[in-house]
Amino acid sequence: MKEQMAEGRVVGIDLGTTNSLVATMEGDTPMVIPGADGSNLVPSVVALDPIPDPVPAGGYRPTVTVGNSARKALIQTPERVIYSVKRLMGRGLEEIQEELKLFPFRLAGDSEAGEVPRIQLGELRFTPPEISAYILRQLKRNAERFFGAPVMQAVITVPAYFNDAQRQATKDAGRMAGLEVLRLVNEPTAAALAYGLDRAKTGTIAIYDLGGGTFDISILKLSDGIFEVQSTNGDTHLGGDDIDNLLLAIALNEIHAEHGIDLRQHPGAVQAVRKAAIEAKIKLSTESAAHFDIELPNGDRYQREISRAGFEMLIDPVLKRTAGPCKQALADAGLTPEQIDEVVLVGGSTRIPAVRQLVDELFHLTARGKRPHTELNPDEVVALGAAVQANILAGSSKSTEEMLLLDVTPLSLGIEALGGTVARIIQRNSTIPASATEHFTTGVDGQTNVAIHVVQGERELAADCRSLARFDLKGIPPMNAGLPRIEVKFLIDADGILRVTAREQRSGKAAQIEVKPTYGLTDEQVESMILDSFDNAEADFAKRLLIEARSEAETILAAVERAPSSPAWNQLTGDEKTAINLASDYLNKVKLSENAAAIREATLILDHATRRFAELMMEAAVSSALRGKTMNAAGEELAETVTAPHAMAPAEFK
Amino acid sequence: MFKVLDSAVPIACWSCSIGHNDSTLFCPHCSKIQPPPGGDYFSVFSLEPKLNLDLAKLEHEFHRLSRKLHPDRFARALDNEKQWSLADTALLNDAYRTLKDPLRRTEYLLKLLGAELSAGDESKEEKSARAPADLLEEVFELNMQLEEMRAARKSGETDFALEASLTQAREKYHVLLEAVDEDLRSEWDAWDEGDNVKRSSAQKEMVALLDRRRYLSNLVRDVNEVLGA
Repeated sequence: MKEQMAEGRVVGIDLGTTNSLVATMEGDTPMVIPGADGSNLVPSVVALDPIPDPVPAGGYRPTVTVGNSARKALIQTPERVIYSVKRLMGRGLEEIQEELKLFPFRLAGDSEAGEVPRIQLGELRFTPPEISAYILRQLKRNAERFFGAPVMQAVITVPAYFNDAQRQATKDAGRMAGLEVLRLVNEPTAAALAYGLDRAKTGTIAIYDLGGGTFDISILKLSDGIFEVQSTNGDTHLGGDDIDNLLLAIALNEIHAEHGIDLRQHPGAVQAVRKAAIEAKIKLSTESAAHFDIELPNGDRYQREISRAGFEMLIDPVLKRTAGPCKQALADAGLTPEQIDEVVLVGGSTRIPAVRQLVDELFHLTARGKRPHTELNPDEVVALGAAVQANILAGSSKSTEEMLLLDVTPLSLGIEALGGTVARIIQRNSTIPASATEHFTTGVDGQTNVAIHVVQGERELAADCRSLARFDLKGIPPMNAGLPRIEVKFLIDADGILRVTAREQRSGKAAQIEVKPTYGLTDEQVESMILDSFDNAEADFAKRLLIEARSEAETILAAVERAPSSPAWNQLTGDEKTAINLASDYLNKVKLSENAAAIREATLILDHATRRFAELMMEAAVSSALRGKTMNAAGEELAETVTAPHAMAPAEFK
Repeated sequence: MFKVLDSAVPIACWSCSIGHNDSTLFCPHCSKIQPPPGGDYFSVFSLEPKLNLDLAKLEHEFHRLSRKLHPDRFARALDNEKQWSLADTALLNDAYRTLKDPLRRTEYLLKLLGAELSAGDESKEEKSARAPADLLEEVFELNMQLEEMRAARKSGETDFALEASLTQAREKYHVLLEAVDEDLRSEWDAWDEGDNVKRSSAQKEMVALLDRRRYLSNLVRDVNEVLGA
């Protein structure tokens, strides 16, 4: 058990399109917290578990599975599984409809424009933040297992180019998962923090982050622990998914043409092809060719070879789309490629050699005798940086005391003016928090309301920008037209989210503001979607520990009950058998108590008592493989080489 | 927007209740963060309003204050301290962004002094209405060429002579812009060092120079747009 601090730990979370991770600082070093399966990556896949058969009388509570086991369900029950939900966060109905053409999931039939769209999953419907909340809850639990204590606060990373609605949706997801989101950090900036811990203290660096679904480029200046973002750009719809979709589309078309089967009618088969496409893509990063070999529903085989050269030609248009944002970011920072001291590669897609080639050309690296930084695992570096930022916020460590992140807003903020044009009030790449004050008045005598439309984006017309919210300033004292003077303060906070306050200056009254976010959930909706209220309170955490302790006790007791039927049982001495019986009687009694610690202790006692029995069972299992050795020698060898927990041990986590 | 307030009346610190004047980010007695102070962007950095600034010093001071004020430093503080940290840091960032850029700094100071400056984004009609007299004829010619070029682009033709002519025009306006900047800098010196009479004439000069500069840079932007930079 780790030491618990007074206010609890703050963890760093990378909520990714493809994979999600949770990380913390161990001393001066950030580390990823593994899940129960020992893996650092939790696939961002959520599956609704099958309806129990038969359905229990009195109904059942639907449950979900997250991560690797959900990924397995993708082929068996594709209609109950959702992945890449990050692409749907903070987006409106029409945008999602466009997006879903590429995915097997469907919108709920009753989705209406103006509402947050819901995805149909089996017999239930979920908003994208709810799906993300399930992933976050899994990460929260992984962290709680690791610390043996509740985790209530987190830093979550988002693509730098995420807009206000996408950021708000991510924060909502955190709240639904029972996490207070202390800060949203931009992914490339987080990566810079992870690298900056042990790197030269001054210089200009570019972070090129091509992930599963999003692309970001950020340019930062480092000086004495201050990480000052100069500019950022990107595309929230560009990433490895696009490459997968290209390969998938080609395979599906060829299968249709050559075998006469339209696999698009078989979602499970499409997922199998998709999996093969992803494997081929990964293989092509290290080898010169990859093979497709897929069995089709009619028993035919689809076989194809794709060369690296062919692959690179195919994906070239996708990769080229990252060049424009890079050039714009350089221009906005007022820098030439030669002025970039270091380039850091982040995101799984930067493993593709063609991507590295493109980065090399964009920043003139080889020409200057430089190489991009890839020392940290590109899948983990963002989570590691989030852990560093969590440590900065907790203010509890010397190693991060001098570090400070100064980030920028990726998009300009504007208000719709007469004629539908945009009056820009905060320019993109302004350091956040940033604010602007504007004055409004009335156009008609006695008018008591003024409506303001806020947009985000770089285009000249409001209709071409992204609508962020409509504000209704209410309760203006009735006066002649043009006389009221309403001061509205727009403030983009450190998470990149807009806050608005208003005041009527002549009467000194704070005007009431009604905010209608164009995309997003209301506070009440978020409240109603909080996953398990019992996840939130400390008392309930104890309850969960108790449930877990009991379930571990049950597991080992069930194994002991089956023990006498095993041949190994007869090899035990009478004393050993007595000790096991005593320990299991004791655990049987203790498990009924409310004391989780006592149950765990009794479980460990029984675990200890059965250790030799477990060794005997293992010896029996491997003796054939170790023929020619004495039982003793085999036992010794096992003790040295077998590091897995023994057959009956409950999974143990530090 | 931001008036320079001479606050003779002390304000009590929310934390230690000892009075201090309304121009400080931190209580001089207990060092606790305070609500955003009155005063202008210069006073955020404890600077006199001047147009020539030491940018390295400004950046250093920006970093020093950021370390103390940033919301990251108040993640677990009281709610009111969080709010003030947010508001103070927004003020600090707005002030730094404005003062580090020579043009924004000049515009800001002139506005502070009561000058009416036109906004950055304007419609086409307004632009041609305010063309500087010495450029009227050339600008008329240039706009014709820009229209021709746009039409040629649309129909997929390449008119090399027109392109060369526009490139030449762009260079010329660049040179004119540099001249304006040179003039602006000498007005800065005049304002920074002058008495009230000199300051007032420098102000008038700068307002005119900024108008001319805005006009020229819009022209360069239009040409860049058409030529595809």
